[in-house]
This record gives sequence, C-alpha cells and structure tokens, in this order.
Amino acid sequence: MLGEVTSLNNPAEQLNEEALIRRIREGEHELFYELIRPYERRVYSAAFAILRNQSDAEDAAQEAMLKAFKHIGQFRAEARFSTWLIQITVNEARMWRRKEHAHLVEPIVEREDAEGNYIPRDFADWREIPSETLERKEIREKLAEALESLGHIYREVFVLRDMQHLSIDETAKTLGISTASVKTRLLRARLMLRDLLAPGLGGTWSTRLHFAKGTKPW
Amino acid sequence: MVVNCEQVWQEISNYLEDDIDPSLRAAMEVHFGQCDRCRSVLEGTRNVIELYGDERMIDVPLGFSYRLQRRLEESIQPTRRGFLGWMVAAAAAVVAVGSFELARSSIFRQPDLRSEHAQPGVGVPPEMMVVVSTDGKLFHAAACPFIHDKAHVRSIVAREALKEGYAPCARCMKKYLPLLRLS
Repeated sequence: MLGEVTSLNNPAEQLNEEALIRRIREGEHELFYELIRPYERRVYSAAFAILRNQSDAEDAAQEAMLKAFKHIGQFRAEARFSTWLIQITVNEARMWRRKEHAHLVEPIVEREDAEGNYIPRDFADWREIPSETLERKEIREKLAEALESLGHIYREVFVLRDMQHLSIDETAKTLGISTASVKTRLLRARLMLRDLLAPGLGGTWSTRLHFAKGTKPW
Repeated sequence: MVVNCEQVWQEISNYLEDDIDPSLRAAMEVHFGQCDRCRSVLEGTRNVIELYGDERMIDVPLGFSYRLQRRLEESIQPTRRGFLGWMVAAAAAVVAVGSFELARSSIFRQPDLRSEHAQPGVGVPPEMMVVVSTDGKLFHAAACPFIHDKAHVRSIVAREALKEGYAPCARCMKKYLPLLRLS
C-alpha cells in the first residue's frame, strides 16, 4: 500500500509517502530527498549488483533518483514506491552497463548451460549463523565477493528477490522475464552461493571459487 | 510420494518460498529427516537467504548520502525555479487574459456605461473615494486636473460610481485600465 508510513526520520511531520508524493507533485520539490532517503542504500545496492563498480553504481543510483523525480507524476499508487524506484534503478544500471561496459566479459558462471539442473558441490555442514557474523567486515567482503562472482542473470534475480525483497512477480516484471525464469535463476543463484560460502562459513574460507555442473561429487 | 536428492535440490528454493504442493513438501520433509547432505543443503541455502537479506549487507561508499543530496540540490532546484517561473508566467497570463476577457465582456455587456468609448475599470477598490460630475462620464481622483464641470461634482465610493456607469479616468485612474497599461 502506498500510503504506509515509512521509516522517514521526521517525527515532527509524520509524513507518509502518499502525502510526500502529493506535495512534491504540487511543487515542494525540496521534499524529494525525504521521500527517497529510506531507500537510498537499497538503490545503491541494486545498481552495484548490476554494475559491480562503486563509482558507476553511485553515478547510476544518482541518475535513477533524478529520473524518479522527473517522472514522479507517472507513479501509480497501486505499486509500492520502493519497487517503482528499484525498477527505475535496474533499468538505469542496465543501460549504463550496455553503454559503458559492453566490452567487459562476464564471469565464467554466466556462460554455463542454464538448461541443466544445478548440482550442489559442497556438503559442508553450515547449519547455524553466529549472530555476530555480519558484524565482521571480512565476512561481508566474502559474501560480496561471492555475489559478484555470479553471472549477471543470476545476480540480478538474487539481488531483487533476496536483498531487495521484491516478490517473484515484481522481480519478473522488473527484469522483463517470466516468473518461471525468475524461479530457475533464483534456485541456481542460491545454490551457487551456498556452494561458495558453506566451506568458509562452515569451517575455513575456500580460496578458489569454483562451480561444477552436471557431475555428482560422490 | 518419495523424492530423491536431485529432486529435492531442484525444489529446495520453492520449498523455502513455500511455493510447492503440500504433498511434495511432505515428501521433502521426510527426505530431509533421512538425508544429511540434503539437510545441509537446505540449511545452507536458508543461511544464504538470511545473510544476504540482512540490511547490514548493503555497504554504501563513504559520503554517498552527502553526494546524493548535493546532486539532487543542484539538479532539482533549477527545475524548481523553472517551475516557479512557469507558475508566475502562467499566473500573469491568467491575469492578463482574465482582465482582457473581463474588459471585453464589460465593454460589450455593460450598455449602461456612460461613454461607449470608455473602458470599464479592473481591480478598482470598491470603497475608494472618487469624484464624479453630474454630466461627466468618468470618475477621478479628487486632485485630477481633468475633472469635467467642477461646479457640479460630488464624492462617492468607486463601487457606486461604477454602478452608475462611470468609467475610470484614463489619466488619474490609468492603473485600473489594463488595456491602456498593455499599450
């Protein structure tokens, strides 16, 4: 619902998104930052997931937010503002990638045959997450490194669904693919990340990022 | 229904999404109870979702918010001034058109004006004191040198003068004659 109260840090006004959007449309443009502030980290994260470069991601995130401002009149209340904003960001980042980085080669995982089933490779026991795990910078870096190693078709789906918390349908719509494709890519992304991370988080970090497909490890 | 490891892996994501048939879910749960490897895959996949779904996983570069705010200020404020400028222009146009329309409609719809050549006033303060002469056609400020027949003048409020068909003097009341101001 669009009118839900957001995490806006302005208790004096207690503005919800709907009111903010209406006021911005009516000319109070300076309120736009208040509207997007709760989502700025998510917008950057979505751009980074696609571009894998801090500087490009920041530029693309800024451009996306300016486009959101420019087109705020086209926003329809039946969608969530955050989803709309992320959709604009994904489009912007993809355009950026096509324009600036067409020469870049995707990771080897990208070229894997998407038709076959993905077979988990590692069965290290990884059943508990210490609560402080994410407080450690090196852990976050390992997670980011693993995510970056995925091919972009898997990374995009995983980021939108599991990090941005879009629904399967919203993810499909944002990326212009079917829900069946979202589910297939999501499964692969999750299993690949588990293979990459389980040995480390279950014991010691693996220094090699490798994927195996179609062959059973036993 | 009985499922093997490979079937479990292909459905494990849907299982975690709670997007599978109840009978398949039940069969997978039986399998997890018997298979350490699949249970390991299940828990590991769940950990992946939980870890990456945590807000702390989103690292933004130092100064990101500041630079974003600056960029928005730089890019949006000119637009806003442009918008305001547009609003001022639009308002002025509305006033001009409205005045013209009012004047035009008054010219053609007020047969009781004392002079067919006079223009009705626009924005005349209704309680403003003005001077009119019995045989005159215009109303004036008291000090206006163009008052006709000064021997028979009277002071009345502008509202009454307008009602009686007097029009603003083109000299002393020029500011209430928009067509003169535009010329």
